[in-house]
Amino acid sequence: MSLTIRNLHVAFRRNLVLDDVSLDVAPGETLVLFGPSGVGKTVLLRAIAGVEPAARGQVLIDGRDVSALGPDRRDLGMAFQNFALYPHLAARENIASPLRARGVASAEIEARVGRVAELLRISHVLDHPPRALSNGQKQRTALARALVGQPRVLLLDDPLRNVDAKLRYEMRLELPRLLRAAEAATIYVTQDYREAMALGDRIAVLHRAAIAQCDIPEAVYDAPVSVNVARLFGDPPLNLLPCRPVAEAGGLRVEAAGLRLLLPAAREAAGRDCLLGLRPETITVSRAAGGGAGTVRPAGAGGAGVPVEIVAATPLHERMVLLLRAAGGVELLASVLGEPPQGVPVVLQADEQRALLFDAESGARIPHVARTLEVVA
Amino acid sequence: MERSDTIWRVLRGLALTLVIIFFLFPIFWILLMSFETNEQVLAIPPKLFIHPTLMNYVALLSGKLQTAAGALDITFMRNLWNSVLLSVCSVALSLVLGVPAAYAFARFRFRGGEDIAFTLLSFRFAPPLLVLLPLSLYFQDIGLANTYIGLIWVYQLICLPLILWIVRGYFEDASPDVEYAYRVDGHSWWRAFTRIAIPLAGPGIAAAALLSFIFAWNNFVFALVLASADKQPVTVGALAFVTASGIQYGQIAAAIVLSILPTLALALYAQRWLVEGLSLGAVKG
Repeated sequence: MSLTIRNLHVAFRRNLVLDDVSLDVAPGETLVLFGPSGVGKTVLLRAIAGVEPAARGQVLIDGRDVSALGPDRRDLGMAFQNFALYPHLAARENIASPLRARGVASAEIEARVGRVAELLRISHVLDHPPRALSNGQKQRTALARALVGQPRVLLLDDPLRNVDAKLRYEMRLELPRLLRAAEAATIYVTQDYREAMALGDRIAVLHRAAIAQCDIPEAVYDAPVSVNVARLFGDPPLNLLPCRPVAEAGGLRVEAAGLRLLLPAAREAAGRDCLLGLRPETITVSRAAGGGAGTVRPAGAGGAGVPVEIVAATPLHERMVLLLRAAGGVELLASVLGEPPQGVPVVLQADEQRALLFDAESGARIPHVARTLEVVA
Repeated sequence: MERSDTIWRVLRGLALTLVIIFFLFPIFWILLMSFETNEQVLAIPPKLFIHPTLMNYVALLSGKLQTAAGALDITFMRNLWNSVLLSVCSVALSLVLGVPAAYAFARFRFRGGEDIAFTLLSFRFAPPLLVLLPLSLYFQDIGLANTYIGLIWVYQLICLPLILWIVRGYFEDASPDVEYAYRVDGHSWWRAFTRIAIPLAGPGIAAAALLSFIFAWNNFVFALVLASADKQPVTVGALAFVTASGIQYGQIAAAIVLSILPTLALALYAQRWLVEGLSLGAVKG
């Protein structure tokens, strides 16, 4: 029960949407397809479903090539972003549609629709037409229709986009359970990085018509392959500072915005134009101590603190987002726990271990050198 | 406040009455004429209060017209039947041909698609008389002159472009995702077309069918040239009332009333259906 996509290519006239995309989704796995809007996520799903006439390439379900088959013979369930419910049929008939197509007996249809409706808590609206449903109920009806036939492949196109925040959180908690129970190979499209991190066993980042990175959520966040991928993840977004690293014993010496960091990064980057990427939550802000020089450095924090001014502060969930301005007018975003010190001079420090370094020209991340290797060397 | 409300209501009622009188007066007058004898119709000054007579309707329904010059056979009921037959068959054929074509033009981009659609629309541009002369010559050659089939075929010039272009717009307005979803559920292309696309475009199809029925019903010149008496619809048949002994105004009026009735009934019936269809239109998410 697996899904394999090989060399998928979609172009509309001269506009290349997907270029040679290949993916593998294991049975029971949820692969989140992530990318900014308009990047071709929906097109990729349509191509898998067989409703994208411009698609070239191979789609294999359970090792069987279904590329030449119509959407009705691929045995998959799909939830559309705009729900795509049948407006002239009641919710019950909407959900029953995949079973009707297979000629399942009426009594069994009744039972299976009832079961999936109960699971999604829409039993009480089964006799309503779609126009009488709230957005949340529409979305659950669309999801129920995708799940009811127990398809081998599930394609979910941003199903939580059009529902309110409360329901979105509820569904984010419920969906992993539902998807595990479905045991299908699932592709879940979203452009919300939190949703991607919460739901994905793996995340495939779609950028410029190709899969830029496909890995477990932690790896995509902590070790993005490129500056573009890094920029897509995180709220507030990561800080990018131009720099030119210098090789030094124990790593690369990077200076930017007054910070002096020693990064455990590969030395080939020395002397090249680079971008230093600092996630806002890896920046700490503290009260400036005494004269500044000669203060105790916290473990893992790079160099002495850089004096900064707090320009603005705004709460985000349980953290505070600070806009900092260092000498020379460089602005940085930091995300800290608790109230920032007020009315006193403050300094910022950055976590050297979690700092990212990118080649300014290619955008590729310069990988960390493993500690053990360094010791051996 | 209340006073000005009353004044407004009275003024609005007055304005509505004027508009209704303006538009419905001719029809009202015809209705009145249909219950008068020819002498009463021609009386000057015209009388508003008359002794109604059913003789015009009796003459039409029995097919015998008594005039000063003697009895005259009229084929009005035959003409009415021809009108029904021609209009219904033409619209039915147009729906069978036009709805799938409209779907194709709306959903698929194919070579020359726009050109074909425009060519079909251009049937409505040409003055009918321009095509009639060559058409009648051809029809005589291939034996289609003065046949129902030939007339229904020619009526496609009226009905098909109308249905095609109106229904196409409705298909284009409906999101293809709904049909895709039905296909993904495991239904065939044909079922998605008949179970999803057609019901969703239902109000549009009904409106287009109604309009083209009215156009077909009111057509005069095609049938005048291409058909002889026994195949002619009411529009042409009304000419028979212009007789050697004078114009039979009473019968003409009664004939008009009778020939309006089917379209009126259809319009009232379809109107209910149209409104129902429109309130169904909450297609968007």
